[in-house]
Amino acid sequence: MTNKTPPLSIENVSVAYHRKPVLRNITYQSPEGECIGIIGPNGAGKSTLIKATLGLLPLAGGEVSIYGKPYSQQRKLVGYVPQRESVDWDFPTNALDVVLMGLYGQLGWFRRPKSEHKDRALEALRKVGMESFAKRQISQLSGGQQQRVFLARALAQEAQIYFMDEPFVGVDAATEKAIVQVLHELKEQNKTVFVVHHDLQTVSEYFDSVMLLNLRLIASGPTREVFTTENLQKTYGGRLAILPHTNEMLSIR
Amino acid sequence: MSSVWIILTGALIASSCAFLGCFLILRRMAMLGDAISHSILPGIVIAFLVSGSRDPLPMFIGAAVFGLLCTIIIQLLRNQGVQADAAMSVSFTALFAIGIILISLFTQQVDLDLDCVLYGEIAYVPYDTWTWNGIDMGPRAMWGAGAAFLLSLIMVRLFYKQFKLTSFDPALAMAVGVPVAFFHYLLMGLVSVTTVASFESVGAILVVAMLIVPAATAYLLTERLGVMLGLSVLIGMICSVCGYFLSVLLDASIAGCMTMVAGGLFALAFLFSPHQGVVTRWWIRKKLRTQF
Repeated sequence: MTNKTPPLSIENVSVAYHRKPVLRNITYQSPEGECIGIIGPNGAGKSTLIKATLGLLPLAGGEVSIYGKPYSQQRKLVGYVPQRESVDWDFPTNALDVVLMGLYGQLGWFRRPKSEHKDRALEALRKVGMESFAKRQISQLSGGQQQRVFLARALAQEAQIYFMDEPFVGVDAATEKAIVQVLHELKEQNKTVFVVHHDLQTVSEYFDSVMLLNLRLIASGPTREVFTTENLQKTYGGRLAILPHTNEMLSIR
Repeated sequence: MSSVWIILTGALIASSCAFLGCFLILRRMAMLGDAISHSILPGIVIAFLVSGSRDPLPMFIGAAVFGLLCTIIIQLLRNQGVQADAAMSVSFTALFAIGIILISLFTQQVDLDLDCVLYGEIAYVPYDTWTWNGIDMGPRAMWGAGAAFLLSLIMVRLFYKQFKLTSFDPALAMAVGVPVAFFHYLLMGLVSVTTVASFESVGAILVVAMLIVPAATAYLLTERLGVMLGLSVLIGMICSVCGYFLSVLLDASIAGCMTMVAGGLFALAFLFSPHQGVVTRWWIRKKLRTQF
């Protein structure tokens, strides 16, 4: 197949909150089977891009397609890891149950989760090293463990494309390792993963491609070619300090 | 016999309110119950004026329409950037005021006592019976409360996973294709129906207590949603039974006593709940300290 449909195709997409544009004319086609970092300063519209793609926010213009079709027809192909702070972790439920929630969409209106779904959820928890916490009340998990539960929930969806909103923020080393491990495994299975990411120092290590975002798409493509000082200056404006000799970049927020 | 009817009606009301109240609490919408319970007043009055009777059906419809209307207005205001609590207060007080004006305007034609609407009188429940095919079926309020309870039970049982997911993580629910807005309004509709089934007995104000207090108590006692739902119903029933006997003992308002019992149970759970109780935690800390 030479003319493969891209996993994610964004055509001229704009999004606005209360008339204020937060994303302008984004056009992008993603490669398949890669781990793609979405990079940009705070308020650049990184989470907004994911939410708009998943139909959680209305588009002010443009079109999004997943493997050539609108998202509403391709829900089963997409896994979503929202920001950890987006939910109430005091909710009376345990880790296994949260992972099971990832399968509710596939269960349709009336079916209930059965033991096969539980097995799938447990398997997902095992992949992130959380199987021994399956019955733990979620408020008793650490921040990193909660993040891994969210990751497991997306894995249980057995999707083709994953969108992860800042999975690395505020997690411990064990969780970071677990997430990186999962990213590798997903890539081996030829799945496409989008990750909103903040830490510029790990970008080259984690991602094959990047999208540099600041209201507009500044640049996109393979990390080696696109993740350059020049592009970063354009993305972050004057808020970026670059240490010339070490080639290390620090973002200043 | 009449005390059995009163307790049974109270238990049905308390359980159906408690049941739905669990979801209101988990969605941080406790005060929305308050809003709905007040905003149904004009619906009840209009239904009463139009139908000229106190049949439950027109009342249900009128109340459900206004309950939903209230939630829709709140949602619209919020979407326009009005703060959540302000949006809520503005809409329900306005609707409630319309209800009060209607009652005072048509007070000659209608046999709808404002005190009764506000505070309810469960003691009269046994005297307003429902006759079906010439057979006395027992108090009408009990049947209304029972129907509301059954309806909520069926709906929550059918859509348990949707209610759970939309309460915990609405963003994921939307992403996997669960119609979040539909379940929001379904819950609000159920709250409206339950509220109207209850208001005659416990009044528009104390129904808030029944919606929130047993559910809040259950929340303190468990860490599982299914258990929380069951516990809240149990607590609702205890409130009804103990509340009734307390009122006999004190010769005081039954609805007031039921709410007092609910408040007492909440206080107990707050102090002694196995995980979060204030006294329990103090006790655990003390024990740990003496170990070292």
